[in-house]
Amino acid sequence: MTEPRRTPLYDEHLACGARVVPFAGWSMPLHYGSQIAEHHAVRQGVGMFDVSHMRVIDVAGAGATDFLRTVFAGDVASLARGRALYGVLLNDNAGIIDDAIVYRTDDGYRVVANAGTSERVRSWLVRHASDETHLHPRQDVAMLAVQGPRAIDCFHEATGLDASALPRFAFTWHEERMVARTGYTGEDGVEAIVPAEEAASLWRRLTEASATPAGLGARDTLRLEAGLNLHGHDMDESTPPTAVGLGWTVAWGEDDAPVRRFIGRDALERQRRPEQVLRGVVLEGRGVMREGFAVATERGEGVVTSGIFSPTLGYSIALARLPRGSKGACSVQVRSREVPGRIVRPPFLRSNK
Amino acid sequence: MSETPEELHYAPSHEWARLEEDGTVTVGITDHAQDALGDIVYVELPDEEQQVEAGAEAGVVESVKAASDIYAPVTGVVIAANEVLEDAPERVNEDPYGDGWFFRIQPDDPGELEDLLDAAAYDEMCSEEE
Repeated sequence: MTEPRRTPLYDEHLACGARVVPFAGWSMPLHYGSQIAEHHAVRQGVGMFDVSHMRVIDVAGAGATDFLRTVFAGDVASLARGRALYGVLLNDNAGIIDDAIVYRTDDGYRVVANAGTSERVRSWLVRHASDETHLHPRQDVAMLAVQGPRAIDCFHEATGLDASALPRFAFTWHEERMVARTGYTGEDGVEAIVPAEEAASLWRRLTEASATPAGLGARDTLRLEAGLNLHGHDMDESTPPTAVGLGWTVAWGEDDAPVRRFIGRDALERQRRPEQVLRGVVLEGRGVMREGFAVATERGEGVVTSGIFSPTLGYSIALARLPRGSKGACSVQVRSREVPGRIVRPPFLRSNK
Repeated sequence: MSETPEELHYAPSHEWARLEEDGTVTVGITDHAQDALGDIVYVELPDEEQQVEAGAEAGVVESVKAASDIYAPVTGVVIAANEVLEDAPERVNEDPYGDGWFFRIQPDDPGELEDLLDAAAYDEMCSEEE
């Protein structure tokens, strides 16, 4: 086992009292004392996350657009410069290799993928890249997410950069720094990709502007309340996007346009209405739903793919793979007890954006 | 560094037990345990008058991270459960040896406490686990 890698913010985490844990080959902060307090800080004020473990790959060259139109199920052809697109990379069976954001830059694209799938994504892209496509995995950058109702003001105060006019899923450059109006919390905010050597000073300036450092724990409860999937839990290479609530990210194209042959398309055509789909479950009794718990519905059995105690709502919520058409009441096997629950459509919280 | 009061008895499963002046035994989880679990979100306590056995399951504590069983450190009858934890489970994090106690047992044999670890032995066990 190799030693976990450290992000450029590792020392800052220790200085902030982080509980550091191994995560996807990295040493990452789980929390800085209280995961729940960090969660509330993001919902009510502003929190900041080191997300430098995410894989940033720049894609350039004359073949870049065709390449991404092949490996990405969303269609980047219509993506304007300065805009970003969320979507999935599929394998030949239409299973999800990863979910990613693709940013249309001036000279190509930037792909930001998950840490846990980083090697798989890199080798998949390398395998499918043509001679006219240049892939440049960036090891020289750090990524920070600043999230919450006060995020834009806080980021402005800390950096002098005003992102308030930036639409959702748009981004701008400030020399070598990229600032995007994106996130993974269900709150307003920005994600900044900056040169690695600037990360620590940016972190400290954000602290001075009263951003609360928040760890992986809060990131998970925030994303789940917002109904956002986590790869490796709610979806993986065995699930097509249509089975995990991400059918909307797939661009099939207009009927009269030439068919775009993205990888996984043929297999996905056969799985437009899978038998199992991802739904939300809220627990109506006491206890906490966890991954792997059985859910009994009128239409048959399902399974929890991620479950938490929701700090905002004060009860347990989960994403679960359930038989298509399940709705209404259900029953969750919480350890030795059967606890009543209700099937809902995520998100669990109304968006603050 | 977590705190381990000298005067308490400790189970290897991270409960503490305190012999009260009236001969009852108060039970909770250690500072080390609450720190390892992270924020506690839910506590399931035994019922009053419930018979519990040393080393057997007597409750559940759920944190943001995981669920863990709570074991009775001595055999006896539960005479009180800390109902405050129903609405304020965070007390366990804030004050594991005080407000965050779990339940109180009328022990069949208070001598069973001597089978548990003392503070030094418990600390040593925790440092070996790490």
